[in-house]
Amino acid sequence: MASDVSAETPYDIVIGLEVHVQLLTKTKLFCGCSTAFGAPPNTQTCPVCLGLPGALPVMNREAFELALRTAAALNCRLAPFTKWDRKQYYYPDLPKGYQISQYDLPFSSEGYLTIFDPKGRFEPRPIRIQRVHLEEDAGKSMHDEQAGRADSRIDLNRAGTPLLEIVSYPDLRSPAEAKAYLTELKLLLTYLGVSDCNMQEGSLRVDANVNLHVRTPDGVVPTPIVEVKNMNSFRAVERGIAYEAERQYRVFQETGKRLGDVPKQTRGWDETAGVTKAQREKEESSDYRYFPDPDLVPVTVSEEKMRQVRDQLGELPAALRERLQTQYGITLYDSDVLVNQGRAVVDYYIDVANRCGDGKLAANWMQQDVMRTLNERGITIGEFPISSARLAEMLSLIRGGDLPGNRGREVFERLLTTDESAAEAVAALGITKVDQSELEELCRQLIAENPKVVADVKAGKLKAAGAFIGAAKKKNPNVDPVQVKDLCLEIIAADNG
Amino acid sequence: MITRDDVLKVSLLARLQLDEQHLDLMAEQLARIVQYVDQLAEVDTTGVEPMAHPFELTNVFRDDQLRPSLPREQALGGAPRTDGECFLVPAVLGE
Repeated sequence: MASDVSAETPYDIVIGLEVHVQLLTKTKLFCGCSTAFGAPPNTQTCPVCLGLPGALPVMNREAFELALRTAAALNCRLAPFTKWDRKQYYYPDLPKGYQISQYDLPFSSEGYLTIFDPKGRFEPRPIRIQRVHLEEDAGKSMHDEQAGRADSRIDLNRAGTPLLEIVSYPDLRSPAEAKAYLTELKLLLTYLGVSDCNMQEGSLRVDANVNLHVRTPDGVVPTPIVEVKNMNSFRAVERGIAYEAERQYRVFQETGKRLGDVPKQTRGWDETAGVTKAQREKEESSDYRYFPDPDLVPVTVSEEKMRQVRDQLGELPAALRERLQTQYGITLYDSDVLVNQGRAVVDYYIDVANRCGDGKLAANWMQQDVMRTLNERGITIGEFPISSARLAEMLSLIRGGDLPGNRGREVFERLLTTDESAAEAVAALGITKVDQSELEELCRQLIAENPKVVADVKAGKLKAAGAFIGAAKKKNPNVDPVQVKDLCLEIIAADNG
Repeated sequence: MITRDDVLKVSLLARLQLDEQHLDLMAEQLARIVQYVDQLAEVDTTGVEPMAHPFELTNVFRDDQLRPSLPREQALGGAPRTDGECFLVPAVLGE
């Protein structure tokens, strides 16, 4: 929707995303305090993450491993030598007065993530990643909105939690592309098992750098870059960028200000008002006065270690989608739906497809009945009562013609509530195969009993034949109604001729 | 050269309030310090790797194992103001 707009407007939107993801470690980056979400305020702190004098940080090995894994999956170059730096600024939720981050020697850089649209609205395209670095999170400030309360409350449970900052180049060209990038990134991180990417709990946060390349009679003019913050869902990112683009074009038309005329601005997305609002002016990068943290020693990564990390990535979403399409003959869209459900659902699907020998039929049942049941019951595939073997048996019966497709759902429902095999369920439901002569006899009967319908069909109202379906099901629930309808039409046509 | 403006800027970043008299004093003293350290620039460092740490030590890690956190009373103990749950600070605006 938003991407269509940009095609008509006299500008391109240029977007770079900075994504912060919380790594799935048990403990913080530099101390043994828990990273669990939702604990009472200030119950998960120690001298290190409180920034008490004399306390010394020690790097969490698991955090670094997860970071390496992520960077490798994002096709990044892994640095053989990396170090941590102090980024100095004052804010009440930053107890040390500096954040331990990475400045000039991040542990990885120069990667890419390929984005695509399951509905094919834009061509798949690699989005370049500038760098991925490992840093610590700050605490949480809570501002009481009520009048008269002048204090802000600070909870430092989150301070020191390991974060990956993933910075893209400004390669994205529409809000829809930004959303596609985030969707694919989140899926990748979930498959890697490095983060739960829960936006409500702050495990994934997105800032967007947005400006326009406006086509004017004097050539293409870039507008000043604005960093948009506070977007708390992928939908908010889409809306926030779309709004910001329109706003920048309006301002450009009014003022003619271009990139370099004003300092970089930070604006916050206001979800309720649907607008971005100006925030404090961003300090220049040099004002952070980065310098190497003397409390932490550098980390080196050997060639062998890098190879090992890459070898152990496993099958990632893009490759998995590709395999499902080529090996099981399903569409990109279908493969995307399945892969989005997570590896366990995909494994279940693959087993069903292998056993029944029909990837498309299996994909249809997965997307409709299986996923509907999982959603309705709020259960995972592991808790799903029908094993892949039982479902595959049912699909085999459908493929072999022993179970009419239209009665498959009855069998499915029965498999959900009993321990029967598919064949047993079919028998218990009294479903039998209707042979061709039986079917023909039934059709002739229907034609004889419904002269009005026959007359309508002969008059060219083919839709009238729909009446045969209900009538046929009453006579014999095992018939395939579409088959009945087609056969009736055939017989009537033959009589006519 | 370190100017008064440089000192003003740095003192703002460091949240230090310097009066007029101290601004001049600091400008002069800081200039001398920078000048002193600047002697290092005379050393030819062609082909020398920048040093990231004075110790020739790398890859110091700890395992991802929980250790007890401080009781909250202790965590909050050194703070000028708390409400028993959180640190209290003057209202933070602009976010």
